[in-house]
Amino acid sequence: MKSSVITFPGSNCDRDMDVALKKFGFKNKMVWHADAELPKSDLVVLPGGFSYGDYLRCGSMASKSKIMQSVINFANSGGMVMGICNGFQILVETGLVPGVLLRNKYLEFICKNVFVKINDKKNKYFKNVDNEVLEFHIAHNEGNYFCTNDQLKKIEDNNQIAINYCDENGKIEDQYNPNGSLKNIAGIFNKEKNVLGMMPHPERMIDTSLSGEDGSLFFKNLINNLK
Amino acid sequence: MKISVIITLKKDVLDPQGKVIHQTLDGMGFQDINEVRQGKYFEIDTKETDNDKAKAKVEEMCKKLLANLVIENYKIIDPK
Repeated sequence: MKSSVITFPGSNCDRDMDVALKKFGFKNKMVWHADAELPKSDLVVLPGGFSYGDYLRCGSMASKSKIMQSVINFANSGGMVMGICNGFQILVETGLVPGVLLRNKYLEFICKNVFVKINDKKNKYFKNVDNEVLEFHIAHNEGNYFCTNDQLKKIEDNNQIAINYCDENGKIEDQYNPNGSLKNIAGIFNKEKNVLGMMPHPERMIDTSLSGEDGSLFFKNLINNLK
Repeated sequence: MKISVIITLKKDVLDPQGKVIHQTLDGMGFQDINEVRQGKYFEIDTKETDNDKAKAKVEEMCKKLLANLVIENYKIIDPK
């Protein structure tokens, strides 16, 4: 399986993602934002970080960079595109997934482990994951998911919510919502579910001695689903 | 020609920064404030000399980059 990680000026989780993808068997290529051509890929990842210093709105500049037209075309032709953290912010700015990510409700940068409940498994990202709840890491200042009522209705009708913030038993309540996200939304799909944007970082949970193993579960499962 | 743009958050969108500014002003003794909403201001100096054409271009900029229409409104100030 071939993957590509796009590096924007200010990306800082791109190499972590490279390590994670390679660890679980992807042949990964790093792609510079100013390139026009996307290498042949089974998965494209927009990594976390602070592309363009978060100027204007997080992800807004990166969403207009040269490579993104190829990424958008790839996504629109059914290609798997995953945006993590700043990558999610870039995805909403392209319009590939609906909504926006606002400043965290309590104006704090949040850096901690969270639990998320998988809301939908009828997709290549979470199909065959045994667990209902995964422990991932979040580190963001703008992860407060918001969309209009019309968009929310469409998202819910199409089952586009991927994961919600919850407690370790999968209970989705306000007290487990770290950033004020609408409906505890931590990640969403596009309508066809080949594009996933999420705030949590699975690539930070791939080593028992450093963190946890739930990222390993995610990546092992993902590469199997793509085969 | 210089054209100014003001971007504001839509009415229903929560503005935590505006809220904190409100609280701080309140604490400083400015106690008759109903609400504070924070926005953005841009000054665009363009080579275009035709007023209408320049405004149309700036409007396109607002829609494509300067504002996110899910949460923000834009207002173009007429160049004087």
